[in-house]
Amino acid sequence: MYAQLVETGVKRVKSLEEMTPEERAFQERIDAEIKIEPKNWMPDAYRQTLIRQISQHAHSEIVGMLPEGNWVTRAPTLKRKLQLMAKIQDEAGHGMYLYSAMETLGADRDEEIEKLHAGKAKYSSIFNYPTLNWADMGAVGWLVDGAAIVNQVVLQRTSYGPYSRAMIRICKEESFHQRQGYEILLTMMRHGNQAQKDMVQDAINRLWWPALMMFGPSDADSPNSAQSMAWKIKRMSNDDLRQRFIDQTVPQLEFLGCTAPDPDLKWNEERGHYDFGQINWQEFYDVLKGNGPCNRERIATRRKALEDGKWVREAAVAHAAKRQQKQNAA
Amino acid sequence: MTDNKNDLIEYLLRLGDNAMINGQRLCEWCGHAPALEEEMALMNVALDLVGQARNWYEYAAELLADGRDADQLAFTRDERDFRNTLLVEQPNGDYAVTTAKLFLFDAWHLHTLQALSASKDERIAAIAAKALKEATYHLRRSGEWVERLGDGTEESRQRMLAAIDELWRFTGDLLAGDAIQQRLATAGIAADAEAVASAWQATVEQVFGAASLPVPQPASYFYLDGKRGLHTEHLGILLAEMQFLQRAYPGATW
Repeated sequence: MYAQLVETGVKRVKSLEEMTPEERAFQERIDAEIKIEPKNWMPDAYRQTLIRQISQHAHSEIVGMLPEGNWVTRAPTLKRKLQLMAKIQDEAGHGMYLYSAMETLGADRDEEIEKLHAGKAKYSSIFNYPTLNWADMGAVGWLVDGAAIVNQVVLQRTSYGPYSRAMIRICKEESFHQRQGYEILLTMMRHGNQAQKDMVQDAINRLWWPALMMFGPSDADSPNSAQSMAWKIKRMSNDDLRQRFIDQTVPQLEFLGCTAPDPDLKWNEERGHYDFGQINWQEFYDVLKGNGPCNRERIATRRKALEDGKWVREAAVAHAAKRQQKQNAA
Repeated sequence: MTDNKNDLIEYLLRLGDNAMINGQRLCEWCGHAPALEEEMALMNVALDLVGQARNWYEYAAELLADGRDADQLAFTRDERDFRNTLLVEQPNGDYAVTTAKLFLFDAWHLHTLQALSASKDERIAAIAAKALKEATYHLRRSGEWVERLGDGTEESRQRMLAAIDELWRFTGDLLAGDAIQQRLATAGIAADAEAVASAWQATVEQVFGAASLPVPQPASYFYLDGKRGLHTEHLGILLAEMQFLQRAYPGATW
């Protein structure tokens, strides 16, 4: 999940009886699975929640370019380099697509990016972990994009039309990246030497738990979920999505011939699901608060790019104005 | 063709190395571009270039037939064996330096690929025809940015002038032909260096004119020669980064 903790500002979900006529008409539209479109009336809290969620999602795409960008100059073969470049390019495109969806809600892209750089807006905690060996490029594709897809597939049915349509487009490209990521790991495990196999296991050991954290806090600690579910912004709970991800990922892990860094992970015949160990929620909240391994570096990089590029953007604006002036004079 | 084989390999490596090193420099921009649109555009151009490098290397590897494949040509040759023009190995600098570097190269690249699309060597003609479509986009893009920065704000103009001043000396190496290229051009296989140079001059004059930037005097010979593997001190460090995994784990499958 690329937006893992979104405040709704709502303490308790209202019943239909408690709603104003406008709110009730809105909720009935939601309940009838009719998409909300930009010009439709919507509760302010719905609008704000979506702005927070979609911008968080967009920020994640952009910050998410950095851990992979870290290896793009060092990719080991031409094929892998090309794949990684294509993936990063897609991510920039996803970011732009999501910012556009967010802007249909009346938010401003530059203002939201400003909040990100000021540390006021979140992005996915996963991108605060460093990429330390080449196998991380496979593991990020497989586990991180995999977790994102599990979330995004469900978000294709989210109640806000522009967000839902963004998810449909993005999912197509993400699934491709996920398969490529898995293939990177599979190649290293099947055809690699011992050092390469060790890289794969090491990447999984480091990214396994952070990937599970991408689904957000457990349902018991998700005060915002009830309202998001009632608005059908969210369609499944954090824990259900996390379980779905684990159930589909463990067989892939076994097929690789690798293990998860979780001694409690085992198939539960009775539940028909994998049981798994306790997530380190202290780490999760620390990373989300800005105290993860790379939080400072990630934000500093984005801030520097924006600051260093200021004169370039100003030049583009000035040139466009000059051109317009010439056109008007002609 | 057998007469020209060694010439041809040399020439293919130049084409491949130009695209490869230029693409590698663009990869360094990832996450640092001045706008999201530029992140996309730079990675897009880089992707095109590395793809082209692979095509040239594959052909070169077939002709070499010494067991090396495209990857080994890219990742296991040292700087004395690299044949790229000095311009593309220069550091990215600010966005004006990167823009000027791309534009000066793209203009040369476009005219070279135009000529190569008509090469008597069918393989070269096919690779060039594909690359030409990409280079046409690259030149349009970098040319527009030369205009925006040259004729934008006072600051952007000063930076653009400084960038041209910094890079112009490498255009001598970019445009110079040599006996190898001459022999191949005479055989109808390679682009004629002088014809490309004059087309390049016209393109540069047109875009600099639109950006109201002065065109410097032709650059003189520089005592280094990328085509003969005589590079600036920047290339070695670039290769150390680019080749690290193949060097550390030789023969591994990735």
